Amino acid sequence: MSDRDQPVTEDELNAYVDGELPADRVGAVEVWLATHPEDAARIAAWRAQAEAIRARYGAVASEPVPARFDLDKLARGTRSWRAVAAAAVIAAFLAGGVVGWMAHGASAAAPSRFDVFTTQALDAHKIYVVEVRHPVEVTGAERPHLVQWLSKRLDYELRVPDLESSGLKLVGGRLLPGPFGPAAFCMYEGPSGERFTIYYARTDAPQTALRYRAGERFAALYWVEHGLAYVVSGPLDRDRLQTVAQAAYDQIDKGVPAKTW
Amino acid sequence: MSGFRQEVEAAVPALRRYARALTRNAELADDLVQDTLVRALRSEHLFHGGELRSWLYTILTNLNRNRLRSLARRPPVQSIDDNDAPDMAGPEAGGRDIERALASLVEDQRSALLLVVLEGLTYREVAEVQGVPIGTVMSRLARARMQIKAYLDGERPALRRIK
Repeated sequence: MSDRDQPVTEDELNAYVDGELPADRVGAVEVWLATHPEDAARIAAWRAQAEAIRARYGAVASEPVPARFDLDKLARGTRSWRAVAAAAVIAAFLAGGVVGWMAHGASAAAPSRFDVFTTQALDAHKIYVVEVRHPVEVTGAERPHLVQWLSKRLDYELRVPDLESSGLKLVGGRLLPGPFGPAAFCMYEGPSGERFTIYYARTDAPQTALRYRAGERFAALYWVEHGLAYVVSGPLDRDRLQTVAQAAYDQIDKGVPAKTW
Repeated sequence: MSGFRQEVEAAVPALRRYARALTRNAELADDLVQDTLVRALRSEHLFHGGELRSWLYTILTNLNRNRLRSLARRPPVQSIDDNDAPDMAGPEAGGRDIERALASLVEDQRSALLLVVLEGLTYREVAEVQGVPIGTVMSRLARARMQIKAYLDGERPALRRIK
């Protein structure tokens, strides 16, 4: 059986109309259409649809572009938004006030990565902080291996902060299935057994200021920096959580241990 | 102005066209375009080369999908336009017909069809924008065309209904 005799598929008819059909099938489709008037009529209808769509909307692209789309202006807004956001991180910490303000620069349509990641992180926190024997997969004693392993799985050079200055010892970490790929999860423990966790996940969300979320028994602070979302979770004690998160943030942001300054 | 920004600027008219057809609402469409541009400028550092135009279409398509998703959580509000009596013949009638036919599609089919016939993207590019295999793009296109045809064929009911 030659190519010409192969029945023409629905996909091929569509591809033919869109100029996506491989050259060696065009002849076969044309022969088919000559002998199958119903398909030829359908193709004519599809072409008419495309024409109608172009006739209806094509002219939009020739309209003068409204001033609101001036990119320099939009970019200035973006830049100042970032500067304000960065300043707010510090100011909010100093004031110890509410930090969940960042959304007003973003569009209402923005996907709430905040909700997705903090839910995930708080769920993981809830499940693993009660574990006595197996809270982590790799212990803090093997820190270099832990960091290397998680960084490799997330394809991102992770910083696992040293929180000794906040009285917290690294218990270790584990890999979690995240909503958009693997997530990393590190646990810290204080002298009285209080536990804090840091959740890391890759994201395409833009940089954000810190945002606070309180759950039933635990609370979380979330931020995004250089394509990575961070969620620090701990007991429902906001001041303590902010101190811990700030120590983590400082080290991750500056790449230096908090101890040194 | 950076090369990146120039390229983004050059894409604005086409983005407006796509958004207008996608939403069939000029104001909403321009809001979407503006959000897309802000998002793109803010994420310049995340753009690792490749086809900038496709990237912008991707952002816009996702923003619109999110918008519809959050709308779906609210009680439905039907626009007055949708309740209009069928259009009488006139210079605008053809345009209104195709507009309603597009409105009858599910979002992913509408987006696939518009990206191909209005924006001239290849199947491969549409697959990237929608984050699905090419086969899925093709079946979306086929279903969109079938649905529009059925809609338009059924849209000349006035005569039939009289008898």
